[in-house]
Amino acid sequence: MTLLEAHNLTKHFPVRGGLFRKVEGAVRAVDSVSFTIEPGRTLGVVGESGCGKSTTAKLVLKLEEPTAGEIRFDGQSLQSLDAEGLRKYRKSVQAVFQDPYASLSPRMRVGSIIAEPLVTNESLPRGEAKKRVAHLLERVGLPERAADLFPHEFSGGQRQRIAIARALALSPRLVVLDEPVSALDVSIRAQILNLLVDLQRDLGLAYLFIAHDLAAVAHMSHAIAVMYLGKIVEYGPAKTVAADPKHPYTQALFAAALPAHPDETREEIILAGEVPSPINPPAGCRFHPRCPHVMPRCSVEVPPLDMALGREVACHLYDGKGQ
Amino acid sequence: MTDAPLLELDKLSTHFVTARGTRVVKAVDEVSLSLRAGETLGVVGESGSGKTTLALSIMRLLPTAARIVGGGLRFAGEDLLAKSPSEMRHIRGKRIAMILQDPMASLNPLFTVGDQVAEPVRVHEHTGRRSARDRARSLLKAVKIPAPEQRLREYPHQMSGGMRQRIVGAIAMACEPRVLIADEPTTSLDVTIQAQYLKLLRDLQREHGLALIFITHNLGIVARMCDSVAVMYAGRVIEAGPVRTIFNAPVHPYTQALIESIPRLGGGPSRLTAIDGQPPDLASLPAGCSFQPRCPRALDRCREEAPGITTVAPGHTARCWLAAK
Repeated sequence: MTLLEAHNLTKHFPVRGGLFRKVEGAVRAVDSVSFTIEPGRTLGVVGESGCGKSTTAKLVLKLEEPTAGEIRFDGQSLQSLDAEGLRKYRKSVQAVFQDPYASLSPRMRVGSIIAEPLVTNESLPRGEAKKRVAHLLERVGLPERAADLFPHEFSGGQRQRIAIARALALSPRLVVLDEPVSALDVSIRAQILNLLVDLQRDLGLAYLFIAHDLAAVAHMSHAIAVMYLGKIVEYGPAKTVAADPKHPYTQALFAAALPAHPDETREEIILAGEVPSPINPPAGCRFHPRCPHVMPRCSVEVPPLDMALGREVACHLYDGKGQ
Repeated sequence: MTDAPLLELDKLSTHFVTARGTRVVKAVDEVSLSLRAGETLGVVGESGSGKTTLALSIMRLLPTAARIVGGGLRFAGEDLLAKSPSEMRHIRGKRIAMILQDPMASLNPLFTVGDQVAEPVRVHEHTGRRSARDRARSLLKAVKIPAPEQRLREYPHQMSGGMRQRIVGAIAMACEPRVLIADEPTTSLDVTIQAQYLKLLRDLQREHGLALIFITHNLGIVARMCDSVAVMYAGRVIEAGPVRTIFNAPVHPYTQALIESIPRLGGGPSRLTAIDGQPPDLASLPAGCSFQPRCPRALDRCREEAPGITTVAPGHTARCWLAAK
């Protein structure tokens, strides 16, 4: 059974201006986005800055309320949950953010940082919490004595392990990973990615993995959603999307990804221009002004996200290509 | 292309010394490199490996606590270490230029883009205002900025990150330098914008026969852009050679692990080769080889004695006892 299901999820931020700060328009950060996350699986979300991937993460974490659309968790709509239900949801969905220097309080000892969610949510007695912290530290590969130290005594990679331990404290079922390795050194990234894979296997965690590093996303994910200007343009099994991208934007994105070896040559697709403003996105297909395969109808008609060639693509090139 | 190297570093060492001289940090330690016109060299390393200090040493733009304590630095047959500060000012920006990571920090928010692009031309070539302006316009065109005439009158904050980085590129290219050092030039850019920028640098290099030095932590950039690569670890170049040799047959365990730790497209969920531990603190390096505590193949000898440079094959060197055998 599907763990989390987003249906036509939309988030618009009002843009105010003028004398009385009237609402003059909206940033369409996320525009009618639908996806599902299966238990124990990873959904990777890729896209460039401003594509709405972080807003999507915030909507899933309920740090933002959607303008329209809904999220269902375990088949239940979040809107229909009462206070107790919401509390349970917040326990089941945890997050690890990009910068472990900003996400850990410098004034708290690591033990208290990890125990905090246990104390506030489960009001565990001290001794019990301490045992759980020791167990969590071991889980993420840190020594037990780490609990008595402060975050500044750790390197970036170790801090990210602490952040992961805190996220795991409440035994969540879904962890939102927002650029979890981008701030780390190259030799440390593989350690953290391996740890995340191990935890997923052992604890049956589902991940929503957000990153701009395509190779890392392709490596970690079972399914990939590619976003452009608030919309999903391609969505499907990770292998299918990464090995044979179909949407012209995904193709350009993967062509632009840096090779792992000098002999790995890809077709060079250099996109002209930059991502337009999400306040005033282009009509029709939002990618059409930069698209190398643009057709007259692209500037008029919004392409629906339809099944084609084993994945969903929002592009007129694949109209009528069916399953 | 001539045979003589354009830029040559011979056992260059740059150390940071605390005010009382009690602590010495060997940020760059006996680094030897050479670069010919039209070539691209990648310097890879993690944070704290000394790669930026190396770049600043070549530019002779070191902070006051840092000093070049030994070795040689030659550019186009001249000894750069013997140059006075004023002579260096004529070389810097004119014959050796640099692009920094953060374009917002390297542009002055109070001057128009036109003023800033024209500045090196006016300073180094004593050109008049009008012709410097014309040069600035053609430079913006060369870095493919749309509507250059209008952009010249605008300020940095009115532009996107990718465009600002192009402006910085235009400033660096203003006096047609022979060597361009790019320190993490695309780290703050999005993937497709990064691809645009890398292509731009390659085009500029082809047109002008530039020697390019890429300072980066990203092996992908090296794989795509460079002819040769130098891998730095704790202030030293631990392996250097032609890019294909290093990727196909790395000798040093650190280089091997670094290459194997990059996820590949189309890999799917699986384990990566990780390097245990973390990079050392330059102020308290381990005895012997600096990589020894993290090295899966460390020998007893590695803990006692730092390995010297071994030539594995012509042009391919490594600092490792395994290679010396």
